[in-house]
Amino acid sequence: MRSEQPRRPSWERPSLFTRVMAAVGLVFLHAPVWVIALYAFTTEDRTYQFPPPGLTLHWFDVAFARDDIWESMRLSLLVASAATLLAIILGTLAAFALARRTFTGKESITLLFVLPIALPGILTGLALLAGMRTIGLEPGFWTIVAGHATFCLVIVYNNVVARLRRIPPSWVEASMDLGARGHQTFRYVLLPQIATALLAGGMLAFALSFDEIIVTLFTAGHERTLPIWFYSELFRPRERPVTNVVAVVVILVTLVPILLAYYLTRPDEQSQGT
Amino acid sequence: MLRAGPTVDMTPAIELRATHRAFGSVVALDSVSLTIAPGEFFALLGPSGSGKTTCLRLIAGFDQPDSGTILLDGEDVTNTPPFARNVNTVFQDYALFPHMTVAENVAYGLRVRGIARAERARQAGDMLDLVRLGEFGARRPHQLSGGQRQRVALARALINRPQVLLLDEPLGALDLKLREEMQVELKGLQQRLGITFVFVTHDQGEALSMADRVAVFSQGRIEQLDTPRVLYNRPQTAFVASFVGSANVVGREAAQILTGRDRAFAIRPELIDLLAAGEPAADGYVQCAGEIVDVLYHGASSRLRVKVDERTTLAVARSESAGGGVQGLTTGAHVRLAWRPDHAVPLQD
Repeated sequence: MRSEQPRRPSWERPSLFTRVMAAVGLVFLHAPVWVIALYAFTTEDRTYQFPPPGLTLHWFDVAFARDDIWESMRLSLLVASAATLLAIILGTLAAFALARRTFTGKESITLLFVLPIALPGILTGLALLAGMRTIGLEPGFWTIVAGHATFCLVIVYNNVVARLRRIPPSWVEASMDLGARGHQTFRYVLLPQIATALLAGGMLAFALSFDEIIVTLFTAGHERTLPIWFYSELFRPRERPVTNVVAVVVILVTLVPILLAYYLTRPDEQSQGT
Repeated sequence: MLRAGPTVDMTPAIELRATHRAFGSVVALDSVSLTIAPGEFFALLGPSGSGKTTCLRLIAGFDQPDSGTILLDGEDVTNTPPFARNVNTVFQDYALFPHMTVAENVAYGLRVRGIARAERARQAGDMLDLVRLGEFGARRPHQLSGGQRQRVALARALINRPQVLLLDEPLGALDLKLREEMQVELKGLQQRLGITFVFVTHDQGEALSMADRVAVFSQGRIEQLDTPRVLYNRPQTAFVASFVGSANVVGREAAQILTGRDRAFAIRPELIDLLAAGEPAADGYVQCAGEIVDVLYHGASSRLRVKVDERTTLAVARSESAGGGVQGLTTGAHVRLAWRPDHAVPLQD
């Protein structure tokens, strides 16, 4: 939205074709979301008839009155909070251990930390389920949290490591030099520097956990997180627009932290002092 | 205590005993021993990779020697962490904390020691006054100029009243004019406070103008440790002769031809006389003849290079003001050179 940018020479400007294709791509990505939002207000409860015959807020009342939705929502929020907290603690510790030091096996350990995000969720889920069976662990709240923490940890770790690498070693040395113990250096010098990275990483992790379904299917046992609720709702389409209402709420719940994370991690002039 | 040199009856402020540090196969510090007296302004001079910074980091405690002992005020601190040493450092990049104000930066050393807020603010204010930044306490480091940041770093390092202040290339990031101002300011500050300053530099001019004594480092060893005057006038090795100021270093074979003595020597360009045609050399002077290779005008002086032998070219400095201009001295002209034998400093092999 920087309208004051100088006009670029014609050969650097995108052609009409490029622009149209970009627009088509964006519409393709976002139109279904708007359709979902639209049908949360429809008066027709069986088919996706376009345009909707009428608009109503009735389905919001229905959705808010249903206990199973509240239960799943509550569970998903709790799981996401717990997984995020776990990821923040462990991811930060891992980042501090691996950011600067070099030691034998460091590369392998780094890979092991980052791998869960590259691994297909179905494998992570399968492996966790097999693991749980082996040690006789009953699937439930904490197994969902553990499953989500595997990939949430990577998000936090990556954010913190990137930030730590930008901190000159001399800051830590200066702090020690002036008499600070390790915990004081962490509290007064490092934590303020990684705070926004933690916040951003935490919000992304929260959003990822909140809508995760594949790993959750394997680790949830009888628990029903919100994504699992959606999934089961597809096969039992009673009051179809209710699903859309919940979808709209979920979009809003996940959008806020992701937007915040985006703004917090933008390179800002303020923290760039030498 | 402005006089240079360690005195027998004083416990040294800093003592390194056979301190050795290697990084992998690279020996950064090769069994170096060093004694620095209380109140001394001491320079560690050398090119990059010579071991001077390693030496400073060992004194600060950021690094530990592989072998050897480090003593501060007579106390063995080899295994003492930096936060427990009464030594503070001014970093090359200043290492100011960007999320704190200038005053908070300066007060940091007091904060981590649990000093109350009001007392911290009072002392930080005093320190900022000392470095003439009294007005700037509420600013952030990035709102200051390079020279101001350096003075903040100085105030921050001095607030714990250390016995020893370490400075890593303190003037490296400043422009020429500011550098000269800071040289005077640092020297003045050190004399007022009377504490030991140890600074690392690769700039021989800085070392000569500020330090009481200078240790010249090369390849992890101290080549020579002396006062600036002795270092300049009596360099002991070819490295010191050419690194501290500029000098003609004449190897053994060439020395044999020029002086008849089988000993390498160094001579400063300004100590070589250029003889006018037919002018006799003064009594006892070493003489030789050669051909001018080039003439460079430097303002206050000019510098000629004279080829006196197939393999030997001597630099000769001519002061413009002393009537020693270079008119008529052009490339290819044949000239005679002469110097006092005792101006030629014999070098170790």
